[in-house]
Amino acid sequence: MSITSLLNALPGACAQGIIWGIMAIGVFLTYKVLDMADLTVDGTMATGGAVCVIMMTNGYSVWVALSCAVLAGMLAGFITGVFHTFMGIPVILAGILTQLGLYSINLRILGIGSSAGTASNLTISVDRYNLLLSLRHVRDLALNNPILVALLFLIVLIAVLYWFFGTELGCGIRATGANENMSRAQGINTNFNKVLGLMISNGIVALSSALYSQYQGFADVNMGRGAIVIGLAAVIIGDVIFSKLFKNFALKLLAVAIGAIIYYLVIQVVLWLGLSSSDLKLLSAIIVAIFLATPYWKNKIAAVRKGAKRHA
Amino acid sequence: MLELKDIRKTFNPGTVNEKVALDGISLHLQPGDFVTVIGSNGAGKSTTLNAIAGVWPIDSGSIVIDGEDVSHLPEYKRAKYLGRVFQDPMTGTAAHMEIQENLALAFRRGKRRGLGSGITKSEREQYYELLKTLGLGLEDRMSAKVGLLSGGQRQALTLLMATLQQPKLLLLDEHTAALDPKTAEKVLATTDRIIREQNLTAFMVTHNMNDAIAHGNRLIMMNAGKIILDISGEEKLKLTKEDLLQKFAEISGGSLASDRVLLAH
Repeated sequence: MSITSLLNALPGACAQGIIWGIMAIGVFLTYKVLDMADLTVDGTMATGGAVCVIMMTNGYSVWVALSCAVLAGMLAGFITGVFHTFMGIPVILAGILTQLGLYSINLRILGIGSSAGTASNLTISVDRYNLLLSLRHVRDLALNNPILVALLFLIVLIAVLYWFFGTELGCGIRATGANENMSRAQGINTNFNKVLGLMISNGIVALSSALYSQYQGFADVNMGRGAIVIGLAAVIIGDVIFSKLFKNFALKLLAVAIGAIIYYLVIQVVLWLGLSSSDLKLLSAIIVAIFLATPYWKNKIAAVRKGAKRHA
Repeated sequence: MLELKDIRKTFNPGTVNEKVALDGISLHLQPGDFVTVIGSNGAGKSTTLNAIAGVWPIDSGSIVIDGEDVSHLPEYKRAKYLGRVFQDPMTGTAAHMEIQENLALAFRRGKRRGLGSGITKSEREQYYELLKTLGLGLEDRMSAKVGLLSGGQRQALTLLMATLQQPKLLLLDEHTAALDPKTAEKVLATTDRIIREQNLTAFMVTHNMNDAIAHGNRLIMMNAGKIILDISGEEKLKLTKEDLLQKFAEISGGSLASDRVLLAH
């Protein structure tokens, strides 16, 4: 394959990376800040798009649709949070339960108004609707280039989160993830904070989903499959590359987004090298496994070296 | 200041692991009382402390702090009245957060946490002065992560955090047990100073009989979930280790000489 085809694919990969970077920030909040692996996101990553597209095709403005998508995501996070805190279900299982339930709900949302009552996908054409971003313009040097639009969302999101996690409430959420016993001893309602954190995280994931469905011109019930792995990949790539450089919370969020962009660029290169797109999920799993193992092996090697030095 | 009435707690009831941990604990602490608590492993010292803190609900009895019945309040709500320092230096602080952030969290104990700033400039100045009093040089490392500190430094910081908002009751759960003797002594001296300065009511669980005798105005000995000895005032001042050993033998009917934990140091 020619190098031109790769170069042609890069802007698209970049836009995809930024949109999924927003999703990855949601994953970062649960995985790194709250120290919970929340698998709800696989469902939420379809719910946001489904809500956004169905509302726009029913005549609502893009901003109303986007807001409702975020609220739907927050509701999903709330349910996982209640499963976990109020019903005592381990958080991984709680997320899986919500995710599974969301699959049916997403089919229903996408099928609103259809004769069958359920649908697995729904298209939304950039010609007929006033979309915020579309992959059609990904190589245009214009203000409606999706890379630019997505970047704007990313920057505003990072700014808002930076402010929020510096407030008393935000600090309480960080403390809950850092040390639960200490948090309770300092009068922090850890259960409330976990639910709130899950809501914020899933709201962000749903926002990403809503943007992505506009970008690709359709919402699909399967668009969130494996989202958690892609999110983790972005978090880990960002951490491995930038952890020494970026100490500030806002920069850490940025590192996650850059991690997602790198992830999509790498995927693009691998596709260009001839890998089938159906093999991508396997590749993602392997990449995440390797990066997850990196800090563990680093420690092991460091320990061995230390031991060797002592004996020398 | 603290009123415990007939507190009972059984862990794993109805199973082979059933254990009566608290067997009718009643205790009244006057404001300004500094009570030290000793007893062998499993006597119920830390369990009593955790019952007061609300780590789990008690089976029966009541806990009243400064006139307020807190028996049914969740742990995080009782925190309003309590300052706590734990045995494990890792438990009392958040390793991944800065020294000043940890203090700021403690500063808001018992207050509503809203969208106001998580830490203000004037607070930072206040923390600087407070950290100085510890004499550990932490005031110059306020934005360092707590995970970088030694166990003794972390316990001193936790102590500061527990008393930043003056607690009705300070709960110390063998807070020097994980430290080397020299550091332990330093942290105990700081403990004494803060309790004296703020005139706090304190409840200190310890494994060390000498510490229990040297500190506080009252001493409690526990055995098998019961308070078996309660000494205060003049009697406490004159108390020696030998007295304690003999009293334990008399009351419990067992020989304390075999109990190495209680004999430590």
